[in-house]
Amino acid sequence: MAVKGEIVIDRERCKGCAVCLGACPNAVIALSKNVNSKGYNYAEAVKDECIGCASCAIVCPDGVISVYRAKL
Amino acid sequence: MNTDIVKPENLVYSRTKVLTDATMHYCPGCGHGTTHRIVAEVIEELGIQDQTVGIAPVGCSVLAYNYFDVDFQEAAHGRAPALATAVKRLNPNLFVFTYQGDGDLAAIGTAETIHAANRGENITMVFVNNGIYGMTGGQMAPTTLVGMKSATTPYGRNVELNGYPLRLTEILATLPGTYFVTRQSVHTPAAVRKAKKAIKQAFENQKLKKGLSFVEIVSNCNSGWKMTPVQANKWMEENMFPNYPIGDIKVEGKLVEGIGLDRLVVSSPLTVK
Amino acid sequence: MAKELKLMKGNEAIAQAMIASGCDGYFGYPITPQSEVMETLMAEKPWETTGMVVLQAESEVASINMVYGGAATGKKVATTSSSPGISLMQEGLTYLAGAEIPCLIINVMRGGPGLGTIQPSQSDYFQSTKGGGHGDYQLFTLAPASVQEMYDFVFEAWDIAYKYRNPVLILSDGAIGQCMEKLYTRDYVPRWTEEERRANAPWGTWGKPASRGHNIITSLELDSAKQEVFNHKLQAKYRVMEENECRYEEIMCDDAEYIFVAYGSSSRISMKAVQMAREKGIKAGLFRPITLYPFPKKALAERAKQVKGILTVEMSAGQMVEDVRLATECNVKVEHFGRFGGIIPTPTEVLEALENQIIKG
Repeated sequence: MAVKGEIVIDRERCKGCAVCLGACPNAVIALSKNVNSKGYNYAEAVKDECIGCASCAIVCPDGVISVYRAKL
Repeated sequence: MNTDIVKPENLVYSRTKVLTDATMHYCPGCGHGTTHRIVAEVIEELGIQDQTVGIAPVGCSVLAYNYFDVDFQEAAHGRAPALATAVKRLNPNLFVFTYQGDGDLAAIGTAETIHAANRGENITMVFVNNGIYGMTGGQMAPTTLVGMKSATTPYGRNVELNGYPLRLTEILATLPGTYFVTRQSVHTPAAVRKAKKAIKQAFENQKLKKGLSFVEIVSNCNSGWKMTPVQANKWMEENMFPNYPIGDIKVEGKLVEGIGLDRLVVSSPLTVK
Repeated sequence: MAKELKLMKGNEAIAQAMIASGCDGYFGYPITPQSEVMETLMAEKPWETTGMVVLQAESEVASINMVYGGAATGKKVATTSSSPGISLMQEGLTYLAGAEIPCLIINVMRGGPGLGTIQPSQSDYFQSTKGGGHGDYQLFTLAPASVQEMYDFVFEAWDIAYKYRNPVLILSDGAIGQCMEKLYTRDYVPRWTEEERRANAPWGTWGKPASRGHNIITSLELDSAKQEVFNHKLQAKYRVMEENECRYEEIMCDDAEYIFVAYGSSSRISMKAVQMAREKGIKAGLFRPITLYPFPKKALAERAKQVKGILTVEMSAGQMVEDVRLATECNVKVEHFGRFGGIIPTPTEVLEALENQIIKG
């Protein structure tokens, strides 16, 4: 049984500051090539290696990341 | 999205309901947003949303009242500790906090800050120090380091012209009216956890009625420093932290062991590397 | 306390009235000639009786901002000072007016400009009635002329402040603050209960219950269009005050050919000059504005129709005289007589001025 995580990013609120990228222990997050309505390259999960540690959410200045964790 | 994981029962972290739905106006990566969030999380965890009154400053966080879903007052520049003093004295059951930047708290509001602390007001003060006036366009702050460039120190802060940077937090720690004085940051997950713990302590202390609790957050100003958020956080670690050391200074009314005169008295200018 | 006859200073009367009128908090800073207000409060220790909070602040800047913070929670909060201290408070006053916070400020005026003198003066009329700080705003301004009125106006100020959500200024001077007169005290008005506070100040920042959104006390609005709308709202409020709240007193005006217009201490001196004039066969009267803002324009204009001339008497270089001229629209001769810098005019001087500047002139 493995602990798996998943993050849900509120793309519209994300300002693409990239602080969450360095906080992720598994380099799961990258900035999208696409932009939101404000023109920011929002953060998105690009790998399936999230462990649900919430480090990204904890450093997010705009509180745009929700974190889920489950034993699968 | 993995719907096996994204279920309400698996939620381990989400935006606190003590923040409103308003999108914060702060620049990308600004520590104000993180600091707001952890203050709001503390209010939620302590279950004091209905008993909390915040006081907003003038500066970047002037609109803080739009983001916290608690009753809020907007002060004139620097006067938040005076407002908070009266709110608390007239409503001793409320949890009262000020949220101020370096210009507001350590320049124009120095008198109000020192006297609120020296009276031992049972309030919490959150002080965000990013070494610059962000809102007005990046001018020199009382905490701008020697050699640091700003809109009004375009060649770097010069002691002969501008005097020395001010470490007001250390000054406050020497006053008998302060009960808890600490300096934290919010740029990494570990730092945020520590800062949040400090803020929680600072709020809980209000119940003890033993004096003022003061939490400085050394923060970044990507726009004012003219860096990306990630660069700014690195610059902050390299330049701000040596001059504004992170950690508790005074706990339970006593200076932390090892904090001596050499730490409280600044003997050489706080300078950029 | 029931109605009792007492002898006390104007400044003491302010302090006693605050305690007796259910004031929740006083924040002040010592300055001559009003320091007896806080001295009396500290000696009375109302926190042990009514629960009123009294605090000596580090400056007038701090004390007016403590008024802001405390009053913004829907509590009845006051401060007092004298001219130089009131100048320091101007920032706080414009914020209070802009955030529509009911509160009470008392200015026991002394001579200026600058540090000036510590003697009585009335040279803060412009500052009190024309804004004082930045922006378009008005303080509701009451001018007591006796120790009794110093006392009574404190009681009345709370009603006005809350009726209009506006700061009220009692504009007094060192003569009334320092002189001792007889005074009838009033029955105690208890401080508001928690329920009354919440009912009277639904806008207050007293802790957001789940049943309402968060209350915000601010004078900031970054959207100019909204700020203009807000300014219109303030102006509409001021027009209602002007319509409904003008107060004045007319003494021996019915048959008067000449009238003095004077407020506060000057009105007391002018009253004596009226008596002296009458003894000489001059039909003089006194029109005393009690509210300086709103200024009793209509009543004065009406009275002016019957008289041959008006002398305003102020302990200033001539400030209220401008409002008297505006009210009377230059339909009658209006001149100013004043002593200033801390000098109080004598009734003889005032009568001579009437004869020389109005009757002969």
